[in-house]
Amino acid sequence: MRVKAKRDLLSLGACLLLYAIIQLLIEVDVIGQFWVLNIVLIGINIILGVSLNLINGFTGQFSIGHAGFMAVGAYVGAVMTVKLHLPFIVAILAGAAGAGILGFAIGLPTLRLSGDYLAIATLGLGEIIRITILNIPYVGGASGLMGIPRLTNFTWVFFATVFTVFFIKNFINSSHGRACISVRENEIAAEAMGVDTTKYKVMAFTIGAAFAGVAGALFAHYFYIVHPASFTFMKSFDLLTIVVLGGLGSITGSITAAILLTFVSAALAGYPEMRMVIYSLMLIGLMLFRPQGLFGNKEISLKFFNRLKGGSPRDAA
Amino acid sequence: MDSSSFLMQFAQQLINGVSLGSIYALIALGYTMVYGTIKLINFAHGDVYMVGAYIGFFATTVLGLGFLPALLLAMVGAGILGMFIERAAYRPLRNAPKIAVLITAIGVSLFLEYGSMLLVTPQPRTFPAVLSSTPIHIGGLIINSQQVLILGVSLFLMVVLTYVVNYTKLGKAMRAVSFDTDTARLMGIDVDKVISYTFAVGSALAAAAGVLVGVYYNSIDPLMGIMPGLKAFVAAVLGGIGVIPGAMLGGVLMGVIEALVSGFISSTFRDAAAFGILIIILLFKPAGLLGKNIREKV
Amino acid sequence: MSKKWLSLISMVLAIGMVAVLAVGCGGPAKTDSTEIKIGGDFEITGGVANFGKSTVNGIQLAFKEVNAKGGILGKKIVLVLADNKSEPSEAANAITKLITQDKVVTVLGPVASSNVLAASQIAIDNKIPLLTATATASKVTVGDDGKVKDYIFRACFIDPFQGEVMANFAAKSLKVKTAAIYVDNASDYSKGLAQVFEEKFIKNGGQIVAREAFLAKDTDFKSALTKMKASNPDVIFIPAYYQEVGLIVKQARELGMNTPMIGTDGWDSPKVVEIAGAAALNNTFFSNHYSPEDKDPHVTSFVEAYKKEYGQVPDALAALGYDAALMLIDAIKRANSAEPAKIKDALAQTKNLQVSTGILTLDASHNPVKSAVVIELKDGKQTFKEKINP
Repeated sequence: MRVKAKRDLLSLGACLLLYAIIQLLIEVDVIGQFWVLNIVLIGINIILGVSLNLINGFTGQFSIGHAGFMAVGAYVGAVMTVKLHLPFIVAILAGAAGAGILGFAIGLPTLRLSGDYLAIATLGLGEIIRITILNIPYVGGASGLMGIPRLTNFTWVFFATVFTVFFIKNFINSSHGRACISVRENEIAAEAMGVDTTKYKVMAFTIGAAFAGVAGALFAHYFYIVHPASFTFMKSFDLLTIVVLGGLGSITGSITAAILLTFVSAALAGYPEMRMVIYSLMLIGLMLFRPQGLFGNKEISLKFFNRLKGGSPRDAA
Repeated sequence: MDSSSFLMQFAQQLINGVSLGSIYALIALGYTMVYGTIKLINFAHGDVYMVGAYIGFFATTVLGLGFLPALLLAMVGAGILGMFIERAAYRPLRNAPKIAVLITAIGVSLFLEYGSMLLVTPQPRTFPAVLSSTPIHIGGLIINSQQVLILGVSLFLMVVLTYVVNYTKLGKAMRAVSFDTDTARLMGIDVDKVISYTFAVGSALAAAAGVLVGVYYNSIDPLMGIMPGLKAFVAAVLGGIGVIPGAMLGGVLMGVIEALVSGFISSTFRDAAAFGILIIILLFKPAGLLGKNIREKV
Repeated sequence: MSKKWLSLISMVLAIGMVAVLAVGCGGPAKTDSTEIKIGGDFEITGGVANFGKSTVNGIQLAFKEVNAKGGILGKKIVLVLADNKSEPSEAANAITKLITQDKVVTVLGPVASSNVLAASQIAIDNKIPLLTATATASKVTVGDDGKVKDYIFRACFIDPFQGEVMANFAAKSLKVKTAAIYVDNASDYSKGLAQVFEEKFIKNGGQIVAREAFLAKDTDFKSALTKMKASNPDVIFIPAYYQEVGLIVKQARELGMNTPMIGTDGWDSPKVVEIAGAAALNNTFFSNHYSPEDKDPHVTSFVEAYKKEYGQVPDALAALGYDAALMLIDAIKRANSAEPAKIKDALAQTKNLQVSTGILTLDASHNPVKSAVVIELKDGKQTFKEKINP
């Protein structure tokens, strides 16, 4: 136990170091505005990818409506600061709460479905959320909610991302998380072993939705405006792509895929007409090349590097 | 609104709904066939529909063909495209997790959309009037002759498909592959060939829908497949995906729901209501209206 | 537990380093002294890619013409395009790239008001002028505090003007009492116009008897039209773009509705006639910047040049894109400099500039003052109905 705590502290220290380096580079303007923006986007995408991975990868529930929860978080968060003039941290928490509560309310009935039927139900729910927002004049409808202050910065995103990753990692390693994984591996067997499968499915769904809400609130406070066009089912597909490309059930995979895809998207911005063609071909190519995702359901680790270097795997460790 | 005019309006909305629904059904038929055989949500189906519409468009405008030859050309073209997509993008993933194939399908869908945007520009094209369109008045109700045609074609195709799947050798092979791919292979069925044919037929159906819809609405663009594709998929699930009459039923039901919601509640919530009803139906019949609910055995 | 988390961090670090390298190498583009770089933040992919494409076509035509005449200030003017996927956050992303990576001196675009609003703050922060050809929401150039945004300009009508023109036209020229509004629920352009129309029409003593909505890219409108028919409006106001308008008019006539239909500049495209058919379009009217009957050589030469270049008749967005480019070229010439601050000052003083859609002057709020015309479609031909001065 003590070793584990020590490792966690070590990782935290490494995070702080990474933060300090990037923040320094931003301060001295080595990392320009454009890349700062994309680093912020990477952070937001990591939160979304990892939280969706909890639902899709670890609990095995095929959800493709994640953009809807992000939208709820974005709008609730924006309403907090724009209309109610509350501090940013309240906006983030409210975004998380809003999306989490909705996730719970939606998850409870729909998670009885499975496989492709659940997929289409969540897809439909995502669209319902978006259409509902389009019809609420209080939040601007089709014009979007404007005048949102830019409160999100690299610091906020970085620590929100670190928090999300640690939270979900620890959740998965807890008994609750193990129960979720058992649902993925074999629902009937899990049930037979006394796991309350519905409870854990809904729990994973709610936590995933709440973190999508955090990402939404951060997103809203970076781009001055939230608009329903940002939360179409194409956005849900993008997030699903992060999860699958990284590897279902691999947090490090989601992180890598989020970084990779955001970078590719940024790098292709200079070729506007070819952008989506290249992107789609790359997507097909990567999936053909690594159908199980970049990392499968493995986490990347030092062991992994050792093996790459030809070192002997220390499987007993 | 007095009761007779209410009834008239209700009847007109039903007509509107059925005619819209028959379009969803037409697209859903191909969707459900592919799903029925290999359990793949082929998100690129809506885009094959778009490609079909463009082939039909160029066949009528550039080659100057009539309606029927253009329709056939589009179906053949899309059928080949479908086989090619299956060969290049899906077959290598036959043993991969289903979700990986789904992502590939999304990739193919994006590629078709933006590839054709490069080729034919994003601006909409207008179909020449290759079919006559005359309004038919029945009492106070109005229906367009092309709407009747679309409904007729989708019913006809539904019957043909049901026949093919249930009574032909190919259909038997399809069902065998769907039931148990490995055993089917052991029984001497060329699984790859069967799946390839399934894609060809499914894509040809999509192209037929594309041309008919292109002629009916008279306007096509590279992103025209996204929403109809999604809704047709929803319709297929609603009817019970993999079940051919289910696609027809689901499609028509979707159309009618949309029409009635627009007509009597509010058009702003049309799509939300359509998805909402889908979810409610799924909660009570998790495998769709005509789907068989297979209990998982331990 | 293994050391995986530590290594995860090191991996992120490694990728971070790659990012830094990328910034270092691929960073600020070289400045070529023989070129003036203008950014274009447009909807090249995504839902409204067709509008983005038209606008870009218009701009590129104008740039090509001026470059053929030797450019401005002895330099060639080039458009550096970036795609915003028809989405606000991507619009912010694209403009940041244009300004900080490509070092453009002015940005043209985006098409949709919401995308412009997301991009505009970044233009303001970096003190780079942003000129949108097509964003009609009032808030684009004027902030919430009522102050005019220094660096933001536009080349098109604003919602309040066009909405009022058509409300007055309906009430006074068509002399109708009841109206139905059919709005594109996903478009801020459409919703903005619908709101103004409703206010002004009621102010003129009219009554709104039905409000229905569709979503962009819809193709079937018969249900909502059937419902509208039952409320029997004297006129239907459809503030939308040509593709949907063509289908709506066609389907309304098929349902036996002979009600006059009115709209706005989004209707201006030959596609409306191709989709709906000439006969269906009788008894429809829309506001626009110019009338094609207007034998003004500027209008006709633009249409001819556009047809020659792209093989199609320009729509309203192409014309506005062309105009925005002309405004910018004019401003750079008058500023006699390609410095952003000077271009901004010159843009604000745009006066009596001959553009393809008329003679244009920018007012204190950075909105163009030009007269509108109402056009009637008769057997598929646009004919001049009346002229409204601002």
